[in-house]
Amino acid sequence: MIGQVLSAGKYAAYIWPAYAVSLAGFAWMIIDTLARARRWKRRADRLENEGER
Amino acid sequence: MFSALANPARFMAFSRWAAPILGVIAAGLIGAGLWLGLNAPPDYQQGETVKIMFIHVPAAWVAMLAYACLGGASFVSLVFRHALADAAAKAVAPLGAAFTGVALVTGSLWGRPMWGAWWVWGDARLVSVLVLFLLFLGYMALRASIEDEAKGARAAEILALVGLINLPIIKYSVEWWNTLHQGESIMRAGGPALAPVYLTPLLLVGAGYCAAFGALWLERIRAEVWRRRATSLALRAALA
Repeated sequence: MIGQVLSAGKYAAYIWPAYAVSLAGFAWMIIDTLARARRWKRRADRLENEGER
Repeated sequence: MFSALANPARFMAFSRWAAPILGVIAAGLIGAGLWLGLNAPPDYQQGETVKIMFIHVPAAWVAMLAYACLGGASFVSLVFRHALADAAAKAVAPLGAAFTGVALVTGSLWGRPMWGAWWVWGDARLVSVLVLFLLFLGYMALRASIEDEAKGARAAEILALVGLINLPIIKYSVEWWNTLHQGESIMRAGGPALAPVYLTPLLLVGAGYCAAFGALWLERIRAEVWRRRATSLALRAALA
């Protein structure tokens, strides 16, 4: 079943790189976004706590 | 709704739950759409390469949506001097560049077996989408190149507004000029030209890409709000 879905015949050399590029694009967007949000939230929280002391 | 969300505190409270929900919706829609798309029969003209359509076309749609959002946020920031709109504009540019890059590369990988060429400089659709990619990069470069953050934002927002002219050029390029790129096949008079077996997965993945874009954009705006809060707190601590 999976093999049938993934069969791309003579065009496989174009189809799977296209999917890989899309996956890489999404992976970069997700990782960069979450890392950025986590980094700045941590820094803002730390500075806020230091300010309260 | 937009005026309510213009308040940063309300926006942070809303986006805290909206971003993950949109992310889950995106995963479901993209998963279902790709499953149907990869199970679709080969096209009578394009064969198995029709599978590239399910990732290329939604990326191109979201690239244009992202630029419209960049233009809208830049307009609100310039006219109303709204800090959250400026954060939204700054946050959307890298996402727009990524979606445009994916659309360009997947389009090239589709064009090679169908047209016999990776790239055609004389094709208005291809070149106008490349211009869109350069506009996103130019926006980010211009912002980063000016030391005064407010001045950099203003300059980049003016560039973003000027670049809006490119959106109708992309949309109508296949009608105004001779092109290798196929013509409008979804939003056209007389209804979509695609068979339901291709149209349904394409629309599912398209909706999923839009939801993913929404989730990522909200999260990046949140990061930018935290960055500004941290910068302001650090400045206050330094002055104390």
